[in-house]
Amino acid sequence: MTPALQIRGLRFSYPDGREALTGVDLTVSPGERVALLGPNGAGKTTLALHLNGLLSATAGEIVVGGVTLEDATLKETRRRVALVFQDANDQLFMPTVAEDVAFGPSNLGLRDEELEEVVHAALERVGAAHLADRPPHHLSGGEKRLVALATVLAMDPEILVLDEPGSGLDPAGRRILLEILAGLEVTQIVITHDLPFALELCPRSVVMDGGKVVLDMPTRELLSRPDLLAEHRLELPFGFSLAG
Amino acid sequence: MGAGHAHALYVHEHSPLHHAVPAAKVAAVLLFVAAVAVTPPRQAWAFGVYAVILAIALAVGRITPKFFFLRLAGILPFVLLALIVPFVGSGERVDLGWVSLSREGLWAAFGIAAKAVLGAGAAIVLVGTTEVPAVLRGLRDLKVPAVLVAIAGFMVRYLELIAEELGRMRQAMTARGYEPRWLWQARPIAQAAGVTFVRAYERGERVHGAMLARGYDGEMPMLGHRSPTPAQWAAALAAPALAAAVAVIAMVTA
Repeated sequence: MTPALQIRGLRFSYPDGREALTGVDLTVSPGERVALLGPNGAGKTTLALHLNGLLSATAGEIVVGGVTLEDATLKETRRRVALVFQDANDQLFMPTVAEDVAFGPSNLGLRDEELEEVVHAALERVGAAHLADRPPHHLSGGEKRLVALATVLAMDPEILVLDEPGSGLDPAGRRILLEILAGLEVTQIVITHDLPFALELCPRSVVMDGGKVVLDMPTRELLSRPDLLAEHRLELPFGFSLAG
Repeated sequence: MGAGHAHALYVHEHSPLHHAVPAAKVAAVLLFVAAVAVTPPRQAWAFGVYAVILAIALAVGRITPKFFFLRLAGILPFVLLALIVPFVGSGERVDLGWVSLSREGLWAAFGIAAKAVLGAGAAIVLVGTTEVPAVLRGLRDLKVPAVLVAIAGFMVRYLELIAEELGRMRQAMTARGYEPRWLWQARPIAQAAGVTFVRAYERGERVHGAMLARGYDGEMPMLGHRSPTPAQWAAALAAPALAAAVAVIAMVTA
């Protein structure tokens, strides 16, 4: 079976010379949900920005569903790989929620009724249909996060890359988001510092440190190894332990 | 932050004006302002007619006098500036006993003040009865270039966010004992403004990234596009049409 995503030897340096990715190798199967863990500055967000071509690597390659990411396949890749940004304010820039959700599919060429149907369906999927006519800057943090998710679901992506989806949400908001994500049948790569969130959503965890993948194992197994966690500045919340 | 509903300039009501088509409202306001602007100041009766039209629009739009005059305070500086003109104007003088004013200057001051109040008044009616996204949609329907509408939209979207950021920095400064009283204590504020600028710039880059990530190729999408019907146009343009007629008569008889 063709992997949903294949990354080989990916390297990237910022213009100031700082090396953010030092050779990332990763393969993700279709439908898999992978937690991308690691300390601050490990290169997680930088990697995410590569996955739909917002940054271009200095070396290595990214293959999405069998198609290598290059200039000619950029537009196609951006439809297939959806990015949900850390700060929803970066993602929601149109005057109303509905227009924001319409932004992506409209760029894909959808118009009129077809477009409105897609917008409505995407908002329904995150339970935010009632927010359609509101201006995004008047939503609460949790609502913004759901709408940001709807904006990329409207593009019918094959891979969903979420950067810190649960951060800043209240426990109920975090729970709602978890349930929505768990109900989506799309390949997901979830960047997070919230290990219980990772455990609940993603059977597999990949730990990045120093710009490359250093661990790749079942989440439950990783979380039961305090030594491995400590080595990469990861820590379970106080009082949290894995039974067995 | 939080879940406020609309912009401070918007009046929550359900009036015929609130339900009018945005494009027609925007066009009506532009036409009205143009008519007011070209009217010669000495035709005072014309301004009276305009004031009545504006008053009717305010009443129909359920905008209270208090709200109206509070918003109108924004143009006070211009009106005050206009009051200088009679003192410095040349030509025939009007002697008030203790001070002598220029007759030409008085008419000029009246013109500036009346036009400013009427123009701002029309704008207050527009944004009081039309939410910002609808104004933007109206501009788009009127075939204003999409780039300009997009820029206006981004400005509205992010201005509040930037103001919030500045406010938070200000709070953080106050929390650490910064209470400026004198000009030479303004340095941190200037620095905060600089930081805000850099942050806004960086946010611009991130937003652009988010747009590219969703396939942006230079064109902003349209949604729920419904052009106004001739009847809606006629209803909205009745007031400015009357204003235009008044302006023409005023100019011809001047």
